[in-house]
Amino acid sequence: MTILEADSDQLLAAVRALLERKGIVTSPEVHAQIASTDAASPGQGARMVAKAWVDPDYRGLLLEDGTRAAEALGIRMRGLPPLGVLENGLEVHHLVVCTLCSCYPRAVLGYPPFWYKSAAYRARAIRDPRELLASEWKTVIPDTVKLRVVDSTADYRWMVLPRRPDGTEGWDEEQLAAIVRVGDMIGVTVPEAQPAAVGTGSETRS
Amino acid sequence: MFAPGETVRVKDAWPEATGPVHIRTPHYVRGVTGEIVRHLGDFPNPEDLAFARPAETRPLYHVRFRKGAVWPEAKPDDELLIEIFEHWLERP
Repeated sequence: MTILEADSDQLLAAVRALLERKGIVTSPEVHAQIASTDAASPGQGARMVAKAWVDPDYRGLLLEDGTRAAEALGIRMRGLPPLGVLENGLEVHHLVVCTLCSCYPRAVLGYPPFWYKSAAYRARAIRDPRELLASEWKTVIPDTVKLRVVDSTADYRWMVLPRRPDGTEGWDEEQLAAIVRVGDMIGVTVPEAQPAAVGTGSETRS
Repeated sequence: MFAPGETVRVKDAWPEATGPVHIRTPHYVRGVTGEIVRHLGDFPNPEDLAFARPAETRPLYHVRFRKGAVWPEAKPDDELLIEIFEHWLERP
């Protein structure tokens, strides 16, 4: 039997036993990593965004070193690829895609939406991003805004710091975090002070 | 090493034509000229790492390209921002 024919559960058990026997990783470490991967959700990234909107020092740290900014909020980043954060504003809008595979900042956004890994998203995001955003998410990037597509090709993972929407003056961090959606931190949508009651676009399909 | 603002060209190399490879430089940007944004850090070369070979650490840069340099129909100001390893970059 070759490795390709092995039952996947048996293969996993064998690899885990070998990793432990060779002292590369212990069973509690594997469990801790699974727990932290499962616990990760867009809520983590939303907390970071909300804090950056109200705290200029934190915003500075977030844009300088996303990993340290995540750790400052208690998010476990040890052993994970470095996190970079790119700010959207009135002059430039970032859109993140991984054309080569599916690199995604899981520690702060959780598991990627199904479409993020699709060949269609990966091809259209890099080639025709304005049409993609307008037709799939009703996100129209004004002609006055430069669209910068970020191809996540190597060792970093990228998250977008969206622009704080008008109409949120005086809101606290918790209120702000509640309006930040996963798409806002990928760059396919922009946060709104009053999120639409029905549907948030393609990301709600399953 | 390259400095921020420096003009660079991605090598027009196609090693996948001659054997099995693992490359993190997208096809569409080979041979295209862009600008160094910043040095992101040094990382083991994925081209060796993927084959369990000893992997030398290489500088990784964020490089900005005019989108129109790749796809002429693009809006003139739009850009691409891509992580590229130093051994894929040359001075034009």
